[in-house]
Amino acid sequence: MMTTLKLVHLVLAFVAAPLLLGIINRTKALFAGRRGQPLLQAYYDIWKLLRKGAVYSRSTSWLFAAGPWIGFAAVVAAATLVPFGGARAPIAFPGDFLVLIYLLGLSRFLLVLSALDTGSSFEGMGASREVTFSALSEPALLIALAAVAKYTGCMSLSDMVVATVPHLWLCAGPIVVLVGLALLIVFLSENCRIPVDDPNTHLELTMIHEVMVLDHSGPDFGIILYSAALKMWLLGQVLVGLVVPAHTGVLWVDTLAVLLSMALLAVLVGIIESSMARVRLLHVPQLLVGATTLSILAVVLVLR
Amino acid sequence: MSLFLCGLAVLFIGGLASLLSGRRPALSSFLGAGGAVVGSLLAILPALAVLAGGRTESLRANWSVPLGSFLVQIDPLSAVFLLPILGLSALAAIYGAEYLWPYRQEKNLGVPWFFYNLLVVGMALVVAARNGLLFLVAWEVMSLASFFLVTFEYERQMVRQAGNIYLVAMHIGTAFLIVFFVLLGAHAGSLDFDTIPAVPSSLAGALFLLAVVGFGTKAGFMPLHVWLPHAHPAAPSHVSAVMSGVMIKTGIYGLVRTVTLIGPPEAWWCWVLIAIGVVSGILGVLFALAQHDLKRLLAYHSVENIGIITMGLGLGLLGVHIHSPTLAVLGFAGGLFHVINHAIFKGLLFLGAGAVLHGSGTGHLDLLGGLVKRMPWTAAAFLVGSIAICGIPPLNGFVSEFLIYLGAFKNGIVGGLDAAIPAVIVIGSLALIGGLALACFTKAFGTVFLGHPRSIHGQQAHEVGWAMKAAMAVLAASCVLGGALSPLVVRSAQTVVGEITSLPADAVETELATASSTLTHFVVVALLLATIAVLCLLARRRLLSGRSVRQAVTWDCGYAAPDCRMQYTATSFAQPLTDLFGFLLHTHKEVHPPKGVFPPDSALETETADVCEKYLYQPAFEAIRWSLGWFRWLQHGRLQVYVLYIALTLWILLIWKLM
Repeated sequence: MMTTLKLVHLVLAFVAAPLLLGIINRTKALFAGRRGQPLLQAYYDIWKLLRKGAVYSRSTSWLFAAGPWIGFAAVVAAATLVPFGGARAPIAFPGDFLVLIYLLGLSRFLLVLSALDTGSSFEGMGASREVTFSALSEPALLIALAAVAKYTGCMSLSDMVVATVPHLWLCAGPIVVLVGLALLIVFLSENCRIPVDDPNTHLELTMIHEVMVLDHSGPDFGIILYSAALKMWLLGQVLVGLVVPAHTGVLWVDTLAVLLSMALLAVLVGIIESSMARVRLLHVPQLLVGATTLSILAVVLVLR
Repeated sequence: MSLFLCGLAVLFIGGLASLLSGRRPALSSFLGAGGAVVGSLLAILPALAVLAGGRTESLRANWSVPLGSFLVQIDPLSAVFLLPILGLSALAAIYGAEYLWPYRQEKNLGVPWFFYNLLVVGMALVVAARNGLLFLVAWEVMSLASFFLVTFEYERQMVRQAGNIYLVAMHIGTAFLIVFFVLLGAHAGSLDFDTIPAVPSSLAGALFLLAVVGFGTKAGFMPLHVWLPHAHPAAPSHVSAVMSGVMIKTGIYGLVRTVTLIGPPEAWWCWVLIAIGVVSGILGVLFALAQHDLKRLLAYHSVENIGIITMGLGLGLLGVHIHSPTLAVLGFAGGLFHVINHAIFKGLLFLGAGAVLHGSGTGHLDLLGGLVKRMPWTAAAFLVGSIAICGIPPLNGFVSEFLIYLGAFKNGIVGGLDAAIPAVIVIGSLALIGGLALACFTKAFGTVFLGHPRSIHGQQAHEVGWAMKAAMAVLAASCVLGGALSPLVVRSAQTVVGEITSLPADAVETELATASSTLTHFVVVALLLATIAVLCLLARRRLLSGRSVRQAVTWDCGYAAPDCRMQYTATSFAQPLTDLFGFLLHTHKEVHPPKGVFPPDSALETETADVCEKYLYQPAFEAIRWSLGWFRWLQHGRLQVYVLYIALTLWILLIWKLM
């Protein structure tokens, strides 16, 4: 029963991940007074790309073609470590969040190398920004998790999420808020959303993630889009799991609560994107160092 | 034990025979490399036996030197260090045989082989010696042999300068070690390690600081690291691999041995080690990021990894101090496992860098590019090494960092404030180091192997031969195995961790069993990753079969004639980070911006000199030189006056004696 449930949750992540993009875009359209693209547009895009042929740059090597697929495998492997609401992840062990973070690191490593493989200055630029910002967001993420580990007394992500009970908000509310804010900034930065990166920009010079994948086409590009959606879902699950205490013990209520929280997170991202501009690239590090400071503050409060 | 000494003898005789047959390069290489391989393999067997649970072996022989005795012993701690030392040396010797071959016309190949084998003997004796004097002699043999290897291409001014810096740094370090052993000997009445009584805490503190400076100079602790970025690029690449992979670890060995000798650690020792680890780790990777030369970049990464190892040791000591077996075991197991892992992947990366030098003729990042097509084997090996050194799963580099992280997290949870603060500092630093290392190695791999060749060096590069490929392949496979077999490896650390921490055997066993079962889960995830990756690649092939797959130029905003010089360079790739940390790096920039409507050539040059060297050592050495300048009037080249000095000295001594 438990195993089936875990597998169902895993499949749910794979199926629902691109929906987040749809909700974000719909929210933005609502704010802008547009009708907006269909909710399922990301699915159509991925499906269309997977059915196409491909064009490769002459300067690329095997790494360019293999990188997105191995990177996708890393994200899928990471998905097995992420708990769904109050249910434990299919694989859970002490320190599993480290494996999760570093698996996403492997995916990033390969994507950056694929970008550099094209020899394009634009893609080099994007790759350079990606590694810069991710290097700064990693301490924020891990120190925030250290705070969570301290106040829940748990070493595995699944246990931490299970330990996030409503009572926690009463006795450690400020810490949960700080951790939540730090994780939200990391979530926005890792998924290349405003205020760090603008996924809708049309100028190569200002892009980060989108510019790294300029030369990818066909199925390779499709799998990159899907990996990005899945990664957003996973990091969103971590954020939601550590902030929203969704355990009533009734299975369908919990599941619905988690799905609703994820949708609300997407709406929140949409609101952020509609209400503020991308910060200047030079100021992004300040934002990320700010997130690290929030994490450190959370640790200080826990240790107090 | 006799097998171990036999192996060392084979190494030495091989080197000597190579030196004597230096006129015939083929024979000389064969004897030198063959002696190194056979000798190392012979000597590694007793170390393996000890690690497999065999008993500690020792041998004592008389040595007619005051306070000296030829006391050698292989206990688990020695064996843990002997394993990478001898293993990597054997592989690097196979590689070196091919690497040195092009020099056969202009150089006597017997000389480098003699010193190479002597270096291996020296390193092996350092970790096996159990007498202070024998230790110092072995230490000096190791330092001098490596000095002659660093200055192999002594015709180049840069290499001579590197050799001088290395020699001076090593002897300043050794000076501290001499004081260390004199103090220890004066306290114990003997220099044999097994007869040292309990050390009072004031003396122990002084000894610890002496050891940190003396051994830290060899290991490359910031700010004692200045010799590394000079010596590693100057030495032949297989020697750099051995020096960076294992020789600097003898410093770590010395420190761990010291801690076991001088008894229970105090709180400030742990703080010192953790602080050194954090500073070396973060500054090491930042300086690496700012480098333009592949081997210099790798040298700074050695500083970074020594920092990670030291953080592990610091946490382990803290665990011993606050009686937390979990932290003690995970810290030391992680630190020591990282010693072995770093030997593997840093050895691999230096051999890869050597292959790039060998194949293309330059190690300057901004002159290379696109080598993945011309040197596919080297590229694959370097990629494996890069993933491992960034601490990314599923390779070995991740596992040891994971253990240190795990120790820090567990300790942060259960420990009080005195344990939680260092734990959080270590967690934050490791996270930052991991991110920066990823930036650094995507830069290194990307500019050297990907894109278009940036100069003629890249265009004319050729793949290396089978000997060099074989050595790299074995190390790359070891990176994979180190990750896949990590649960077993961690379990086998029981004796050595027990020896260092002096915890009860069953406590150590329980902790390691827990760590091992955690790692089993990691291996499951890694296997899952490998399976999915294979499936994904098969799916890609199936998706693309029968569809149109075309070739075109890289997209450059519609510009149809992209040029290799339009690529991002290593400097530009690292620029956001080097600017962000500019307050630490003090990068010197020389900008000639384009001017006018039809601008002539414009240029940008950056150079990141070592801050410690520039602001600490150069002023210090200048001051010494200046103060010694006062004595110049004593020396003016007249022989008669010198004779007078001698006569005067003799007179003074005579009068003193008579009084």
